[in-house]
Amino acid sequence: MILDIIISGLINGSVYALLAIGFSLIYGAARIVNLAHTAFYMVASYCIYYATHKMGVHPVLAMLLAIILVTLIGLVCYQLFINPIREHEAAVLIATIAIAMAMQEVMLLIFTGDFLSVPALVKGYLKIFGVKIAYQQLLTIGAALLILAGVWAVLMKTRLGLAIRSTAQDREVANLMGMNESRVAMITMGISVGLAAFAGAVVVPLTIVNPHMWMHPLIIMLAVVVLGGLGSLKGSFAGAYILGFTESLVVFLLPMGAFLKGSVALSVMILVLLIRPEGLFGIAFEEER
Amino acid sequence: MALPLKKRGRMGILGIYLRKLYTLFKGEVLVLPSRIVVFLFFVVLLFLPVVTQDPYLLRILILTSIFAILAASWDLLSGYTGQMNFGHALFFGVGAYSSALLNLYVHIPPYGSIPLGGLAAVLAGLIIGIPCLRLRGTYLALTTLAFPIILMGIVFAIPGITGGELGVSGLSRLSSSRLYDYYITVVLMLGLCTIMWKITDSKTGIIFHAIREDELAVRTAGINTTRYKLLAFSLSGFFAGISGGLYAHFMRIAGPSTLEVSLSFTVVIWAVFGGIVTIYGPIGAVFILFPLLEFLRFWPEFRMLMFAVIILLILLYMPDGFFPWVRDKIEKECPRCKVRNVATRKTCRICTAELD
Repeated sequence: MILDIIISGLINGSVYALLAIGFSLIYGAARIVNLAHTAFYMVASYCIYYATHKMGVHPVLAMLLAIILVTLIGLVCYQLFINPIREHEAAVLIATIAIAMAMQEVMLLIFTGDFLSVPALVKGYLKIFGVKIAYQQLLTIGAALLILAGVWAVLMKTRLGLAIRSTAQDREVANLMGMNESRVAMITMGISVGLAAFAGAVVVPLTIVNPHMWMHPLIIMLAVVVLGGLGSLKGSFAGAYILGFTESLVVFLLPMGAFLKGSVALSVMILVLLIRPEGLFGIAFEEER
Repeated sequence: MALPLKKRGRMGILGIYLRKLYTLFKGEVLVLPSRIVVFLFFVVLLFLPVVTQDPYLLRILILTSIFAILAASWDLLSGYTGQMNFGHALFFGVGAYSSALLNLYVHIPPYGSIPLGGLAAVLAGLIIGIPCLRLRGTYLALTTLAFPIILMGIVFAIPGITGGELGVSGLSRLSSSRLYDYYITVVLMLGLCTIMWKITDSKTGIIFHAIREDELAVRTAGINTTRYKLLAFSLSGFFAGISGGLYAHFMRIAGPSTLEVSLSFTVVIWAVFGGIVTIYGPIGAVFILFPLLEFLRFWPEFRMLMFAVIILLILLYMPDGFFPWVRDKIEKECPRCKVRNVATRKTCRICTAELD
């Protein structure tokens, strides 16, 4: 039981961390609240399903293809629909919701609403204290942590990471220092969507693929980001594991837990916000007038 | 001989009043195309059943009116005070569920349960308003999104009272016939929306608008912004709760669909599409988009896709919303006295200043 909770908490937490960090990056660098973020995750899952089942591509190759394709789709959406209206915050929100709805409908048209699944990359399981742990679960956790470390390295050790972080701190000054702000935004969008696609890729063998699978992660991802503090990567990371573990605790311990998992996770977020309105690691952004 | 004279006198007085009314109408309504459109909107809605009583059409218009109240109430809170509410479905759902439960278990007739549902939504507005007052901007938007989902979890967890996934059904009808239903909702919609528009036009509305522009400055001016924000939450909650109650009694069911995230999003889509901080924008948007969605039912698979694409395209060309864009095309503002004029005029109708 305890081991089950730990494993499922780690998986949930890692996937939410991947999603939330991508969302945080684009919010920080370009102030875009991208509500279509988890829709890209859904599209990536479908791409992997299609590549492995219909085209017979090797799963690892399928994942790479899916990540590249979804990143391209994300960049095209950004150029066509978000970039022209970036100044209007409310319009961007609606545009991203509309993009998410459009993608959901396209997936419904192509694959219908059936629940689909993708086989695990590695078969077999490990037994610890009589609890079965599939190798796939360990692989998912490992891959997610590896990519998170990679993102951290890019952000902290490279010139590109420096540009993204400084744009997040102050767009105008970053622009004055010779950083092409719109290009940084574009690259960040690419990384962010890529992370969402990767989250889809690592989680796809463990979940059921259907066109509505983006809604629940979206809500929890938003809660994670708010809980950790908007734009703060450390906060997103911590928040993701807090909510991931909360969810798995609720599912395993409470009766009717599956219905209440969202409610409890969101209540935790609201409780934290009551004590710290800017989130756990939130930086109070200077008033942008 | 006396009788006809007296009659003529009465007719004369009536004639004077009618002429006065006509002059007023000509001077105030006919001068601006936007006012003519609003007038025609009232007339068409009120006299439509004289022309046709097609139940399908009336049903669409009833639902459109109910959602128009909801969209306008979102604008009252989020447009005017800038408190982005992404969980407006909470008010709608609380209104729907409480009027449904009151009707079913306490047997309060619709004309009592709907206002009580509105009051329950006010309570919900106060409960979520108090924690939300400490948050601003995107934090607020993303936090408010959480409340309807929390409530939905509770609804699913106690199916004994709320009916779980099936909802509360078997409510009493709004009225005895479709035609009465139509008049009740349409008149309520026109009345409530006029009230909301009047609120935004009043001193309170100006303070709401000022809070959106610069909350710090409003506080510096000695205004208790906390009180006004709570007022905005409860007013908006009341109107949204009434629309929820109307919906529950019209559909005769209050289900979890009234709390869905997609409803919250749809409200925001309507309001932003129509243009926020206008009240008339969201109403007009509902009257365009809701029937459009019904019309797109001819191609059921492509319905939501086309809806999304239409919204994306409109936003690309009119990021401020559809109605402000149209209004800017057909009317212009006098540079001197700030009165609006028809775009065809060369000089201002009030101060005769040159219009550019």
